[in-house]
Amino acid sequence: MKLPWKFLLPAFAFAILVGFFIVGLRQDPGAIPSPLLGKPAPEFSLESLGDPSWKVGSADFAGRPWLLNVWATWCVGCREEHEALLAIARENRLPIMGLNWRDDRALALRWLAQLGNPYVSVAYDPEGRTAIDWGVYGAPETFLIGADGAVLRKHIGPLTAEIWERDFLPLLPPAAEEG
Amino acid sequence: MRLIAITVLLMLGASAVAIDTGQRFEDPAQQARYERLIRDLRCLVCQNESVADSNAMLANDLRREVRELIVAGRSDAEIRVFMTERYGDFVLYRPPVKPRTWLLWSAPVLFLLGGLGVVAVVVLRRARAARANPATLDEEPDRQ
Repeated sequence: MKLPWKFLLPAFAFAILVGFFIVGLRQDPGAIPSPLLGKPAPEFSLESLGDPSWKVGSADFAGRPWLLNVWATWCVGCREEHEALLAIARENRLPIMGLNWRDDRALALRWLAQLGNPYVSVAYDPEGRTAIDWGVYGAPETFLIGADGAVLRKHIGPLTAEIWERDFLPLLPPAAEEG
Repeated sequence: MRLIAITVLLMLGASAVAIDTGQRFEDPAQQARYERLIRDLRCLVCQNESVADSNAMLANDLRREVRELIVAGRSDAEIRVFMTERYGDFVLYRPPVKPRTWLLWSAPVLFLLGGLGVVAVVVLRRARAARANPATLDEEPDRQ
């Protein structure tokens, strides 16, 4: 018995649906592309976490690549990535600035004393204003800023050695140049 | 009747539990703009809630930001640009019409046209069948 072609329509419709699912379900809904990529890094000047009289800002490392890491003591992922950050700091390829987001100064300082401090400096942003300028919506987030001051890369979620080597290192100038 | 009254009162009660703890605007027009804007902004941590509905820390910060921009005299369009420059189009619940979203925006019309097409085919086919064989229409009464 030959089936009329229209009996195949539901099968086609189903195939299209499956196609959408295959594409859609593989995407990470938490990874929202940042509109900042390729654009100049948003400027800021905030109190230093350790010393309120000292200003820390986006111009501190002008002319060289640097990393901005958004963290807080209430953030589980930040604890998870802390070892990776310490390892990157030990590589000494580029300075890491911390952006302490919506946190308590005393708690944050205790965290750094206990777990080690990978940051050259930490900007204190208890109201989250600078974080909004950078499009931050969930810590940890890590931005790579190039020597020309443009945002080259954004990673959302805990950083690992693999992610660092795969997504960030290729964007850096050769190690010899960095000294 | 009493049941309806109770239901309505309960619904009013639910909306009285405000998530937004910020101060209201003096100017009702500004308050209306503020409420409309935060309803149209997505809370990015809790992606299926608007900035108006969410009590996430980020939503709270974004409400404060919208409030301050309104006070600073910025227009609705400027506030939306402020948000998309930082968070991308994803922050808007009403995506802008651009080449990437043409399919999205035209989908309802396309589905409607598709449906009309199906209806037209069915109606025409029935009409043709009726014309070709008029007897089928009043076949039943004749049977007796």
